[in-house]
Amino acid sequence: MHGGGGRLGTSTVAGAERSGPLTEPRLVRFLLIGLALAFLGFFLVIPLALVFVKAFADGFKVYLDAVREPAALSAVRLTLLAAACAVPVNLLFGLAAAWAIAKFRFAGKNLLLTLIDLPFAVSPVIAGMIFVLLFGAHGLFGPWLQSHDLKVIFALPGIVLATIFITSPLVARELIPLMQAQGNEEEEAAVTLGASGWQTFRRISLPKIRWGLLYGIVLCNARAMGEFGAVSVVSGHIRGLTNTLPLHVEILYNEYQFNAAFAVASLLTLLALVTLLLKSFIEWRSAR
Amino acid sequence: MESVEAMPPIPPVQPIQPELRLPLPLARGRGRRRGNHVLPGFGLAMGFTLLYLSLIVLLPLSTVLLKSLTLTWSAFWATVTAPRTLAAYRLSLLAALGAAVLNVVFGIVVAWVLERYRFPGRRLVDALVDLPFALPTAVAGIALASIYSPNGWLGQWLEPLGIHVAYTPLGVVVALTFIGLPFVVRTVQPVLADLDTEVEEAAASLGATRATTFRRIIFPELVPAAATGFVLAFARGLGEYGSVIFIAGNMPMRSEITPLLLMIKLEQYDYPGATAIALVFLTLSFGLLLLVNLLAWRRSRFLRPQEND
Repeated sequence: MHGGGGRLGTSTVAGAERSGPLTEPRLVRFLLIGLALAFLGFFLVIPLALVFVKAFADGFKVYLDAVREPAALSAVRLTLLAAACAVPVNLLFGLAAAWAIAKFRFAGKNLLLTLIDLPFAVSPVIAGMIFVLLFGAHGLFGPWLQSHDLKVIFALPGIVLATIFITSPLVARELIPLMQAQGNEEEEAAVTLGASGWQTFRRISLPKIRWGLLYGIVLCNARAMGEFGAVSVVSGHIRGLTNTLPLHVEILYNEYQFNAAFAVASLLTLLALVTLLLKSFIEWRSAR
Repeated sequence: MESVEAMPPIPPVQPIQPELRLPLPLARGRGRRRGNHVLPGFGLAMGFTLLYLSLIVLLPLSTVLLKSLTLTWSAFWATVTAPRTLAAYRLSLLAALGAAVLNVVFGIVVAWVLERYRFPGRRLVDALVDLPFALPTAVAGIALASIYSPNGWLGQWLEPLGIHVAYTPLGVVVALTFIGLPFVVRTVQPVLADLDTEVEEAAASLGATRATTFRRIIFPELVPAAATGFVLAFARGLGEYGSVIFIAGNMPMRSEITPLLLMIKLEQYDYPGATAIALVFLTLSFGLLLLVNLLAWRRSRFLRPQEND
């Protein structure tokens, strides 16, 4: 979105000037590219390759067995369920926050932006801890929950709450800069011509932000499904009951079932790769 | 050139004053003074945002403060300054710092290469940079632990050289470098893309060598963005848990990070102890977040005239 034209501009300049004072000597260029690729190779490509190599190390059948085992399937179900709860509410929050921040001017906007970012600065373990302090057996609402026979910690609601907390800034952070860059003129024109607020949002704003919104949802979903630290605190690791996919991976790994752990991990890695693919596609779409 | 001379001179474009953009009667009610409450939905959107933030983020977080008020000062101090706690704080801070420094150096190189050079597979590499954002931390953790374990893909070559990565503080730095990798690249890249190459041309035409141009012209422009990326990577590394615990070995006093110590306290139902450690840690993290935002506000104030052209 921003920099789409600028990027193209620099590329033609850099491409046209093969040598001379505006670019580096050939040797420096090769060294820098080599250095960057080596760094990314060691930190990104090797781990990525390892997941799939280890996952299929004992053959396809072992892979399928690890993925279709009942505990793995129930972990998949719980992960999908938690994401299905967390993503829609964070989507609503992201839309509301972006509408308020990008379309209006008000005092304390920077403070509000900082508050939205707050969960990014909180360690996942602390994020899980605060919900234990609130809803755990010895927590603030613990006795009340117990007397009403409600379970939040070591159960689905706790997992969903911790996931919502961790992923709450993602959609908002994706939409705010996008909507700020787009400005208000079209919406103002629609309202001036008599459109209702809802019509303006649905017919004007939503189509303008659809790709950014889609990426926000996808990223939020990937993070919700992959959340580990916070969920680890509130889940209690009850196999087949409160184990999400990342927790299942941890248990398998700690039981020295390495190849099974990587088989389940490969599912989460695929999710990450699809997320990256979609991001590239969206960037390519909006650059056109 | 001739066609340009033949054309009539272009009158300078008058910037539209924001308050003149709309007929005044539309700016009604509360918003009249600021003149921008033309669009509806401010109350609803703002109300929902504040309610949500309070219920999901602020109220839960305040329990840390609330709970720590029930501690006596001496109990709080004893937990926070226990040798094991101090060792965990030190490891978390130093490892996050080391990883952030690595990421600043290599992040600038990666951003430069992706933005300025063309080579096969560039788009793929560019897309891959975001992998640590999207990959679950537990998956990264087991992959890195497996790679650097004494008989792993890289560990088997490093071990004979006397370099022990897995189950040492160095392993923590490796994991945190992975986690913080995208931050510096993604903050520096747009600045490089928007950089005016005319300034570089001017420097070159005035006789500056390429190295001087980079050092005196380009690098100073990158510093604020790189600083933001550095603090973001540092803050992310401080709190990181999933990718670290598999590779760290988790020996108390040596390779135990603060989030893990918290986890252990929670598993022992030592909630007061966990709260005390968390309070110190949260204060530090929020300080960093504030720093990032202050940097961002300064940058956006500085950039605004260019954005509105």
